[in-house]
Order: sequence, then C-alpha cells, then structure tokens
Amino acid sequence: MNHYLSLFIQSALTENLALTFFLGMCTFLAISRQIETAIGLGAAVIVVQGITVPLNNVIMRYLLNDGALSWAGLSEMNLNFLGLVTYIAVIAAFVQVLEIALDRFFPALYQSLGIYLPLITVNCAILGGSLLMVQRSYSLGESIVFGVGSGFGWALALVALAGVREKLKYSDIPQGLQGLGITFIITGLIALAFMGFSGMKL
Amino acid sequence: MARTYRKTLFEPVLDNNPILLQVLGICSALAVTTMLAPSLIMCVALTVVLICSNMTISLIRHHIPGSIRIIVFMTIISTFVIVVEQLLRAYAYDLATQLSVFIGLIITNCIVLGRAEAFASKNPVWPSFLDALGHGVGYSVLLIIVATLRELLGSGTLLGYVVLPSITNGGWYAPNGLMLLAPSAFFIIALIIWGVRTWKPAQREQAEFRILESHEHE
Repeated sequence: MNHYLSLFIQSALTENLALTFFLGMCTFLAISRQIETAIGLGAAVIVVQGITVPLNNVIMRYLLNDGALSWAGLSEMNLNFLGLVTYIAVIAAFVQVLEIALDRFFPALYQSLGIYLPLITVNCAILGGSLLMVQRSYSLGESIVFGVGSGFGWALALVALAGVREKLKYSDIPQGLQGLGITFIITGLIALAFMGFSGMKL
Repeated sequence: MARTYRKTLFEPVLDNNPILLQVLGICSALAVTTMLAPSLIMCVALTVVLICSNMTISLIRHHIPGSIRIIVFMTIISTFVIVVEQLLRAYAYDLATQLSVFIGLIITNCIVLGRAEAFASKNPVWPSFLDALGHGVGYSVLLIIVATLRELLGSGTLLGYVVLPSITNGGWYAPNGLMLLAPSAFFIIALIIWGVRTWKPAQREQAEFRILESHEHE
C-alpha cells in the first residue's frame, strides 16, 4: 500500500508530467485562460489517463513484449517495434468510444467534458504517460496508480496556472511579454514551486 | 511563383515561428534541451519526420476521406516515427536512450499534425516539402539557441567539450544548476519571445484589458 501511495505522490507532484517533463504543453498553454474550462479539461485528462495507461499496459504485457505471445504458442515473437503505433491507436480509439458512450449515457457530463475530448488525442501527456509506463515496465496495479496520479498532477498544474492567469488579466505587462511570454514565465515559476516537492518520499 | 515558394520556406523561420508564435511543439523543445547533442538529434528527427509525412500526405491528399483524415495522418506520422526510432536505436543507441520517450512523442508533436492538416492536405508536393523544411528549420533554430544557452550556463560545456572550466575541475566558472532544471527552459523561451516581439512589433498580442492612462498628476 505504501509503495502505491509513494508512487502516486511521485507521479502527481515530484515528477509532474507538465512541469518536469513538459508534456501536454500546447493544450496546457492554450486552455488555461479560465479556471472553469481548466477544471473540465483536467477532469477529462484524469479519466482518459487513468484508463488508457492500464489498457496499454495490458496490451504491452500480453501482445507486444518479447515472448508476450507465448499464451498463443508464439513465444518467439517480439512485436515491440509496433508499440508506438499501437499505443496512439488505442488512445485515439478509446477517446472516440468514450465520447460516444458519454453522449449516449451521461449527456450532462458530455456537455461539460465533450468539447475537450478530441483535444486529448493529440495531448502528449497521454501518449507520454503510456510511453513512460512502458519504459519503467510498471505492473498492472502500478500502472493504474501512475495513470491516475500523473493525470491528477497535470490537472493540478493546469488549474493552478489558470488561477494565476485569471488574476493577471488586469496587470500591466510590458508589451512584448503580453500573452505567451508572461505565461511562460508564470509556468516557470510554478515549476520552481513544484520543485519544492522533490525528494519527498513516503 | 518563386516568390511564394521562398515565402513558404522562410516565413516559418522568423516571422511565423512554430514555437514562438504558433505555440506548437513546445513539449519536446523544452524537455530535451539540457544538452546540445540530444537537441541536434531531436531537430534532425523532427525535420525528417515532418518532411516525409508532409510529402506523403500531400501525395495522397485527394484520396483521404475527410471524416477519417486525422486517424490517417496519425498512422502515417507514427510509421515514420517508428522508422526514425528504430534507426536511432540501431546507430546511436546512447543518444536514443538519453532522449527516452521524446522521439516517440514526435507523433503527438503538434507541428507535424498541424502542418499535415493546415498545409499538406491542401497543397501539391513541392510546396509541402518547402513548408515542412521551413517549419523544421524554424523549430531547430529555437531548439539550438535554448540548448546552447542551457548547456553553456548549466554545465560550462558545449557538445561535451569544456568551454567554461568549472570550479570543481579547477577552473573559474560556477555552473548555474538551475539551467539544467525544468524552470529555466520556460524562462529562456519567455525571454526569447520578449526579444523577438520587441524587434518585430507585429507579433505582439493585445492585452485583454487596458489600464486607463490618467493625466491627473501631470
């Protein structure tokens, strides 16, 4: 249990996907103007990340790894080179299915999350989460914790940035820094703050 | 005609830089730039993938059904990324491990998909090639500037060769550890943006709210 808790803290805070690995930066900078939309996108990322990372973990374990196909009698097979295209296809397909399912069964949720779902397919935080999971060869349990934790960390950073940017609308910023420039500086400062978590272990 | 070609090639380098102005492909630009060598590999890898995917998509642009085009683009792009990744693993294994997941993440690099959607799916092969080359160079220029600054100030070396001898090795330079950490990349890019926008005021963004100027105290 302790191991999982510490993995959660690590993936959410000390190794925050957005602020230490710079993943999902494009959406991160584009959708951080308002807290409300930031919360919507953040929730969508947590859900998708929490499901696709374990899903890709299962696929890696039983289809792609060296000797993973031994259950089908093909123990010589190593399909690792197909990893990238498989993971992105799983993510794109899953997001599409989720969109359809939400629309059918939870229209209210679809109204609030739906518009962000297509953005998530090309969000590198999602693919990056799966690739990091493969690189560190997590077990299934670990991959669930890692998926939820890293999604949560990304959402936390996004909401924090949106909060600062909302306040910043009224401040007098030098002309050349207006918009993108000042956003980069704030993100850098938030990243500095998150570095305070480093070394934290449970 | 030659004029439009030249514009397609050179515009993304400075006037419409993918990172500084279009806010595309930032993730990798920040993550790999602690050292110059992996950044150079990253620039080459991205430019190659961008050129290949742009040309392929432009070749088959009349045959891609509109409704499933994104998936088709993704498949084409990820195929080229796999080729690049396998080549790197075969011939430059150390650098490939150093870049870890970021070669794979070229798939979701918004520059590649963005150019496929915005340019290659509407234009013939030759302009698409120029457009890809221009965007690749625009991305590379920025990456190289950031990586040079970070490696030089952070560890006093360039491409592994000692330029500023550090105190620990008997020199005089105290390396700035912050440059090797994530936040510095944000600050450097912000300063570059500030510089470019001061030089080229057309790229400035308008403030959402303006502070009313008061003349009471004059």
